[in-house]
Amino acid sequence: MSVFGKDEAAIGKFAASVPVPEFETTSFNTPNALSEARIAIVTTAALHQEGRAGFELGDDDYHFETLPRDARDLALGHHSVNFDRGGFAADINVVYPIDRLEELAKQGVIGGVADNHYAFAGNQSDTVSEIRLDSGPQCASNMLAEGVDVVLLTGT
Amino acid sequence: MCPRTVCTLAHVFESAGLATVVLTPMREVAERMKVPRALHTRFPVGLSLGKPRDHDFQHEVLSAAFDLLKEPEGPVITEFPVHIGPTDGEPLVCPLPPRLNRELHPAVDEAQALKAAYDRAYQKNQRTSIGMQINAAEVPEALAKFVRIVDGEAWDTVGIPDGRMYSTVHDIRCYYEELACELAEGPIGPWATEAWFYDQTGAGKLILEARRVMRDNGVDQSTWFGLAPAGRE
Repeated sequence: MSVFGKDEAAIGKFAASVPVPEFETTSFNTPNALSEARIAIVTTAALHQEGRAGFELGDDDYHFETLPRDARDLALGHHSVNFDRGGFAADINVVYPIDRLEELAKQGVIGGVADNHYAFAGNQSDTVSEIRLDSGPQCASNMLAEGVDVVLLTGT
Repeated sequence: MCPRTVCTLAHVFESAGLATVVLTPMREVAERMKVPRALHTRFPVGLSLGKPRDHDFQHEVLSAAFDLLKEPEGPVITEFPVHIGPTDGEPLVCPLPPRLNRELHPAVDEAQALKAAYDRAYQKNQRTSIGMQINAAEVPEALAKFVRIVDGEAWDTVGIPDGRMYSTVHDIRCYYEELACELAEGPIGPWATEAWFYDQTGAGKLILEARRVMRDNGVDQSTWFGLAPAGRE
């Protein structure tokens, strides 16, 4: 039997069949020029700073963690074995490209790096209603208050 | 399930007035959810930027992602041109210590002997993902509990708290993978640390053996299945 995370055909079948919420419309905002845009990363890799409690096991922890721009003492709070965990062990940027954003800001490619970035747990309820109605809007509100223009979303 | 959560958050953020770009390895999920902007990255799950420690490659991915911001309307999905398959990399070459204390189980002995390497990795990087259930110093003791399962003790009597077996193995794997990434030479290929851990280390072999013992003894699948990727025996 193939190992799930390494089986691209199995992953494709899973992606085609997993229950997803329906969105009748798609909001679509056009940002300022990239060279003027302040960018934040939001990841569902369940990252948290060392010493924080992190995330609960299961699919009902819908809170988010705040990752200050300068924090690099980040832990992967995701116990699933069905994704490649070694990449993050070697380099946090493969999931959370904060150092690459800093380089782009220094080069003037992007307008700036947000003061805070955010992490959620990827495992959520099938309806994802909690992050749709509660923590997701709260996170958006935080980012708007911090002057964020563009959000880069990554997962594991 | 990360891709679904990521795409949901993109909708939520865009509704609030932010512009979003999603990196996802699961195009079908992004399409079905009509996500505003997505870059389909044909990389192994867990590697959003494709290649750890390859700054140039990571910048190529970010450049392709940010190009989506120029699109006049959405939903829009583009595909990053480079495909990275699960075996597109060299195996991890990481030396394991010789036996030091033959009175200990080989996995426990191995974990103790690797502590200095783990400490060096932590000193260098100032970060660790250990701590979901145990700390680094407790890894040998945790492995000793898996030895007892293999030796026939019931899993719920060896001292691993109920419902915390997966998080204990998370910590054990992080201990090994973090030190291996420092000891190994060259790039860390896709799934390289997973293969090294389960195929070569005493700890990985012990956990697989404990998993088989629990399965064969009729322990509920939810207790042991996630101790290794689905499909591993």
